[in-house]
Amino acid sequence: MSNQLMAGKRGLIMGLANDKSIAWGIARACAEAGAEMAFTYMGDQFKKRVKPLADQLGVTRLYDCNVSDEASIDATFDALKADLGEIDFIVHAIGFSDKSELRGRYLETSRDNFLMTMDVSCYSFTAVMQRAEKMMRPGGSALTLTYYGAEQVMPHYNVMGVAKAALEASVKYLAEDLGKDGIRVNAISAGPIKTLAASGIGDFRYILKWNELNSPLRRNVTIDDVGKSALYILSDLASGVTGETLHVDAGYHIVGMKAVDAPDIDATS
Amino acid sequence: MSDVADRVKKIVVDHLGVEEDKVTDNASFIDDLGADSLDTVELVMAFEEEFGIEIPDDAAETIQTFGDAVKFITDAS
Repeated sequence: MSNQLMAGKRGLIMGLANDKSIAWGIARACAEAGAEMAFTYMGDQFKKRVKPLADQLGVTRLYDCNVSDEASIDATFDALKADLGEIDFIVHAIGFSDKSELRGRYLETSRDNFLMTMDVSCYSFTAVMQRAEKMMRPGGSALTLTYYGAEQVMPHYNVMGVAKAALEASVKYLAEDLGKDGIRVNAISAGPIKTLAASGIGDFRYILKWNELNSPLRRNVTIDDVGKSALYILSDLASGVTGETLHVDAGYHIVGMKAVDAPDIDATS
Repeated sequence: MSDVADRVKKIVVDHLGVEEDKVTDNASFIDDLGADSLDTVELVMAFEEEFGIEIPDDAAETIQTFGDAVKFITDAS
């Protein structure tokens, strides 16, 4: 795939962890389309993973950003402003919850983990857009990542589903607030992908298998599938689209029942 | 050395950037090979991909050394 859909566009990608990350699929698609980018990472543990990826794409601007910390977000955007001036796009691919609460019953969610999950996985997008608004050119596009567990109950997704539901609602409110400035705000609801983040979700292999057997395309999606759709959202191809949650899930969200040809599978297999 | 051990060793060497002769049966990923907590998760994911097996969380926690990994994968595949 080679195109110039993002030529002359500058943006920030937040939430890159390693080469399995959805943000990596998006960054690669944007790079191939001619975008100029900066990345954020959280702490040294991720810096050593993100730096080689940045090198691969010739990205030289890396910022350490903790989205739970207002001063850290300010510092990131101050540096971004000094380095890039204005931006055209921003990708938010960040979420976190205590792994021990991503299994079993949602009912057992603790107050501390509920608030932390909402803070990191939902509020951070709003906090980021408060800063990005001042730097975004008209025609700018913001994208966050969500999952079908926001709309329907998924085993083990629990408090993350609640946080993603709030995130999807905040996409709509942000789209309204920023639309007058010509800034679009959208989400991609990606099918399950085996990322570092997903490794914290209970029975994730079962979820992957189920989706592969029951989605209309009879396969799971890849970070490249998400990257290509992100390119549509982030580029002018989606100039009339805002407040939308686009499902990049091999069609799974339209399915009401197990496919006729899908075998019975057991969670332990 | 078995084929499984060779393939596991290659993954460990590539991922952790360590010398091949440091990867001995008793070498602990964290204590001897410099892995951090994310590396251990990434290694397990890489083993699953390479060998087409599933390593459940409780089993993953018992894989502390190179020898543990080879034994688990040999038994599972």
